[in-house]
Amino acid sequence: MTDQAYNFAYLDEATKRMIRRALLKGLAIPGYQVPFASREMPMPYGWGTGGVQVTAACLTPDDTLKVIDQGADDTTNAVSIRKFFERTAQVQTSETTAKATVIQTRHRIPEVALTEGQILVYQVPIPEPLRFLEPRESETRRMHALEEYGLMHVKLYEDIARHGAIATSYAYPVKVEGRYVMDPSPIPKFDNPKLGSNAAIQLFGAGREQRIYALPPYTDVVSLDFEDHPFDPSKADHACDLCGSEVSYLDELITDDKGSRMFVCSDTSYCTARQDEGHTGRLSPEGVAA
Amino acid sequence: MYVATKGGERAIDAAHQWLSDERRGDRSVPELSVAQIREQMALAVNRVMAEGSLYDPELAALAIKQARGDLIEAVFLIRAYRTTLPRFGASVPVETDRMDIIRRISATFKDAPGGQILGPTFDYTHRLLDFKLMADGEASEALRKEAEAVVAPHILQLLDQDGLMEPLSDGDETPPDLTREPLEMPADRPLRLQALARGDEGFVLSMAYSTQRGYGRTHAFVGELRIGTCAVEMEVPELGFAVEIGEIELTECETVNQFTGSKSEPPQFTRGYGLVLGQSERKSISMSLVDRALRWEELGEDNVGVPAQDAEFVLYHCDNIQATGFLEHIKLPHYVDFQSELELIRKLRREAADAQVKEAAE
Amino acid sequence: MFEAEVLSGGFSNPAQDSARAFRACLEAMARPGRIQQIVGAVPPAPLSPAAGAILLTLADATTPIFIAKSHDTEAVRKWIAFHCSAPVVVAGEADFAIGTWDALQPVSQFAIGTAEYPDRSATLIVECEDISAPMATLSGPGIETTQTAYLPTIDAFVANGVKFPLGYDCYFTAGSQLSALPRSTKVESL
Repeated sequence: MTDQAYNFAYLDEATKRMIRRALLKGLAIPGYQVPFASREMPMPYGWGTGGVQVTAACLTPDDTLKVIDQGADDTTNAVSIRKFFERTAQVQTSETTAKATVIQTRHRIPEVALTEGQILVYQVPIPEPLRFLEPRESETRRMHALEEYGLMHVKLYEDIARHGAIATSYAYPVKVEGRYVMDPSPIPKFDNPKLGSNAAIQLFGAGREQRIYALPPYTDVVSLDFEDHPFDPSKADHACDLCGSEVSYLDELITDDKGSRMFVCSDTSYCTARQDEGHTGRLSPEGVAA
Repeated sequence: MYVATKGGERAIDAAHQWLSDERRGDRSVPELSVAQIREQMALAVNRVMAEGSLYDPELAALAIKQARGDLIEAVFLIRAYRTTLPRFGASVPVETDRMDIIRRISATFKDAPGGQILGPTFDYTHRLLDFKLMADGEASEALRKEAEAVVAPHILQLLDQDGLMEPLSDGDETPPDLTREPLEMPADRPLRLQALARGDEGFVLSMAYSTQRGYGRTHAFVGELRIGTCAVEMEVPELGFAVEIGEIELTECETVNQFTGSKSEPPQFTRGYGLVLGQSERKSISMSLVDRALRWEELGEDNVGVPAQDAEFVLYHCDNIQATGFLEHIKLPHYVDFQSELELIRKLRREAADAQVKEAAE
Repeated sequence: MFEAEVLSGGFSNPAQDSARAFRACLEAMARPGRIQQIVGAVPPAPLSPAAGAILLTLADATTPIFIAKSHDTEAVRKWIAFHCSAPVVVAGEADFAIGTWDALQPVSQFAIGTAEYPDRSATLIVECEDISAPMATLSGPGIETTQTAYLPTIDAFVANGVKFPLGYDCYFTAGSQLSALPRSTKVESL
């Protein structure tokens, strides 16, 4: 069978309508997880099927798509998903955040502020923020209905009692518009402040768990915390060794068998752009030469 | 100087070429044809059809070939293909009463109308490696009993006549479709049976086994196990009647389970049910046991808190495509999450060390 | 002529036209009160091109529709049946409702979801003469500070917002223009 045998953006129209209806409900009820009849996709569950279905339901032929995994455009799964849409939707692709109209991401929010007209699609493994406290779907659904989030606060507080700090560093739960507690997907908590008041539309797809949820632009999103232990979106206390940025989220790399380390931006598009503008870091070629 | 790893796309293409090459194996050995797999690996084909929820032996055989014999990978290929198929309608329910039977056994009655038919079974074979098969020995022609439409009513119906069997509700409601609607809890029996029918054979087997070992014992007898082909019919609105559009091979198992009665029901026998595409006895028997265990609530039994009684646990974990995808996704990069954990651990250790120093100073 | 009207007026390129129309719906629902253009449908009057495009994009055999008196003509029914295959139902069972604001009254007849499933609610497609003249100030998710917008009334939407996360969501359509008001928006008169 050839690619032409598949519909524009792979999914059949009935499936897209079903996903589109779920997306609109998600926007109308920010942070609420809308059940949807996720389809089997030609990539495995857990590898972005939710994000891929949301992207497929949103793409028009006029879009420019960017796909990132861990902030990078060239990680294998990002490459694979980008290729899938190049084949099935013939859309333009770009690695430049500002040029993209639809960005599918796994685990990061780009460093550059997003703008109106952009859509950020998150791949979500476990959409239920309460799942690790209560494994039963029927029970967590009831807890959301009754706004019964005490268990979550107890868990965070136990962290503080035991470790002196909240021991959640990614997939850090947030409260949306003072109503629903939401899982922001496994982004580092460093990225949490970018969830709220974002000019772009943020859509979340969990394929295996059959849930879609959304944040409209400029939505009020608060990371859960306590007065005496305010939320702290920390990152490694270093600058990027390639572009010198002191404000970006960093990957740590082990560079030799003696345990030498270097730190580089996880957002490759951001880092490359800064290097092109002439910014340098500790290990830039010029820096080494100097 | 550090250079970030680039060229993910080239690496992927090269890996896939290597995979194709490995799939073919030693070129001096003749290549397997899809027809050979379909005919000679029929039970593997059946499993792929059952868990792939698509009755097409040819495509299942192709999937097995493409997946290098990895049956879960083959099921995945079939599922991904299946979702792209347009739906023209739904068949009328198949009548397993009118099955052309090749095998039918009952563990509860020595004989019954229609008789016991042992059929092509591994049962009572001595599990000794048959080295003749290695020597390319041609199998001798068997005395086969042609499948025939013997009148073989379901054995449980006979118990039904005496009022000893729980009555079947004869609803004509269209059951929900697991592949078109999100799974919703609590799930009713049609939904549970659908999930089990396409669930992983190993998972369903282990769940069933756990009930036999005491984790929610329901004491099942195989009332009847039958294998054969059934006609699939579809109503054609323009014609006003159902026409046969093909036939499928099915394995059906009905168990009889003890039931001592509850507040609302008198003591009687209850049922567990399994129906699987193709020949799959192990799966259909397992399915019946798990079905019966999951029925505790509607039968007014106690929830003794065992895994096989827990519909959320069973249904959310029986699908091997969901399970394998999520399990294997931890191979994907998690640099970002790991980095945030690394920083957290360092911070906590630093603070703990500071606190110790402070304590010592005091 | 009549049959031709029923059979025509759908998307000429369904996959791509509906993708563009959906993006208009998505932008509208994400940014309450902002007017979007939505094109591609040519439905029979009194159905507006915008309302027609919304239905082509979102409705099908799985989404029951309520057609209010203002729009309940044979041509509209046939067009919806042919292009969407959506069953026509009473108000309380509808996923989508189409009509003028007056014809959709009382809005209390529409589903607003349940505490566990607030998404099981109706979406109203409210046909308007004109949606360009603002008469309300909106705030809430999707709006940076405030947004002025046309609404057919104020009180009903204030009442709908109070029920959040329950409630119905609205599209307002006129010609090929579209704006939306989800249940999450706070509404005040201008």
